[in-house]
Amino acid sequence: MRIAVFITCWGDALFPGTGKAMVRLLERLGHEVTFEPAQTCCGQMHWTTGYRPEAISLARRFAEVFRDHELIVTPSASCAATVRTAYPRMDPALAGLRVYELTELLVDILGVTDVGASYPHRVTYHPTCHSVRALGLGDRPLRLLRAVRGLELAGLPAADECCGFGGAFAIKNADTSVAMVADKIAHIHETGADIVCATDDSCLAHIGGALSRLRSGVRAVHIAEILASEEGAGERAAAGTGGVPGRIAERMTRRVRRSEAR
Amino acid sequence: MRFADAARPELADPSSRRTRRQAATRARARQAEATAGLPDWERLREAGAAIRDRTLRDLGAHLEALEASVTEEGGRVHWARDAAEARRIISRLLPGDTEAGLVRSDVTDEIGLEGGNAGPHTRAAVVGARFLVAETGTLVVTDPGESLTFPGTVVVVAGIEDTVPTWSDLEVLLQLLPRSEAGRRMHPAVSTRTGDLQLVLLDNGRTRALADETGRAALRCIHCSACRDVCPVYERTGARPYGPGRAGPIGAVLTPQLGGVEASLGASLPFASTLCGACADVCPVKIDIPGLLVHLRGEVVESRRRRPVPTPELLLMRGLAWSMGDERRYEQTLVRRARWAGLLARDGRIRRLPGLLGKWTDARDLPVPPRQSFRAWWRRRP
Ligand code: SF4
Repeated sequence: MRIAVFITCWGDALFPGTGKAMVRLLERLGHEVTFEPAQTCCGQMHWTTGYRPEAISLARRFAEVFRDHELIVTPSASCAATVRTAYPRMDPALAGLRVYELTELLVDILGVTDVGASYPHRVTYHPTCHSVRALGLGDRPLRLLRAVRGLELAGLPAADECCGFGGAFAIKNADTSVAMVADKIAHIHETGADIVCATDDSCLAHIGGALSRLRSGVRAVHIAEILASEEGAGERAAAGTGGVPGRIAERMTRRVRRSEAR
Repeated sequence: MRFADAARPELADPSSRRTRRQAATRARARQAEATAGLPDWERLREAGAAIRDRTLRDLGAHLEALEASVTEEGGRVHWARDAAEARRIISRLLPGDTEAGLVRSDVTDEIGLEGGNAGPHTRAAVVGARFLVAETGTLVVTDPGESLTFPGTVVVVAGIEDTVPTWSDLEVLLQLLPRSEAGRRMHPAVSTRTGDLQLVLLDNGRTRALADETGRAALRCIHCSACRDVCPVYERTGARPYGPGRAGPIGAVLTPQLGGVEASLGASLPFASTLCGACADVCPVKIDIPGLLVHLRGEVVESRRRRPVPTPELLLMRGLAWSMGDERRYEQTLVRRARWAGLLARDGRIRRLPGLLGKWTDARDLPVPPRQSFRAWWRRRP
């Protein structure tokens, strides 16, 4: 299938690894991925912060850029929700854009739950508010994670409670936002997981930012990175180098591994 | 005071946070149980929302009907424009040293009434109404309601939107209310009184809220407080930062709607939410609270745009929108931002950001943006 990716402004700038992983995954599954270079932002941040005219012109721009695409995917439940639920409110002419969140696309449109991934870690999954309440993703992300080789899935207590990010909330009500993420982190630690994953890099930046400040050791990773991981990716990359002498191959393996880990 | 400032001392009080957390956990479980056992819960909510919308659309007519029925039954309706007028009317109706018992409600709180329960010695009662049935002029409370039966003066206080056109409408709302409010299938006691009511109907900003077609939906509220019970923000901050009005998500909507978005509390309340949507999920009359908060945020920003000197936030948001309006400008911004970030980074993380964004790094690191954005990577891909 031909699939256009919407990387999101946040992802383009801060988390390009997520977009790259999504591209890798979709191509591995045999799909043709396209990227519209004119894309920037869906307008969510302006819309939810009250900057209506700015949001509406970004939304119109988005609709213009993706006008000719049948199938659009984004690694963000909240951006998908913005296009699908906020756009019609901004302007009825903006209704009907087919933007899917990644796990939704995989399960509902592409019909796969086993994407052939391998990720030997203990992982817990935080269902972000927009993925649960605005998109109704249900257990789709969990079904995908359960099919990942080597992944040990640990249930998160009080999982559907908000992490406290909330866009402008994280800044305007920073103290309450941090109080909320403190409780989220306590639950994450209860699971004994090394990795917390989710469908939104925005919430993950908040959770991960707090985990990092606390030197918790637990890492926040986007679900796309997990689903794109393959068994022994490092070794295979090295093996592909054929006749290269042993030491160089070894060094390359290490380098590939390091970039995978990033 | 701004919500964020008022929240700080509350956040620093572990024992009340623990109490609220426990209460929230219990309330969530109770509610889930009471509504899960009802296969028609969704349809009942739809019906409740439709009844409330229909009522609000023609509120003027229903209020006239209510006044006519109350008068016919020997009572009287007093119209109060604001809280002070309501209090004046009430003290006029309760002469001199009358000791009156109080059946509290959100509206009695709103106008600042305080007092004890109606005991055997009280000769009058001030009753916050749950609903008023317009077709018969009947007061409905969901309390044991001893105070409704005694022969003394009964002063009833209600918001104009607490009107219910008919008994069959009431029946639907009384199925919704106990499930959302207490996780029970029925109220242990619903009491009614018809006849001889001194009814004080309060506007206090409501007609203004009704005039806003989008905002109007907030007045569907039937005061069950389910939204508050599930709210993760309320759970941390408690009621106080929401100011003298209603607490929790619906308070964050109603207080600015009724009192305006110019003062610091009214301007900050629409932002006192992560828009997580837990409230809209449980609201028995399906009020889209996050949608209304976003609507009000728009009003706040519009009122700020009228200031002669733009706020730093306005400049930042305008600048971002401008750069995102064109992919070349946007990419330049990305490159510039990555360069700055490189300067601010220590050990692969950013621990201190200047200006507005410093609120983020007060307690959270930021990853260093990689030097190559996604689009740059895509372009260089073989
Ligand atoms: S807004 Fe809805 S959930 Fe909240 S108190 Fe009112 S009726 Fe109940």
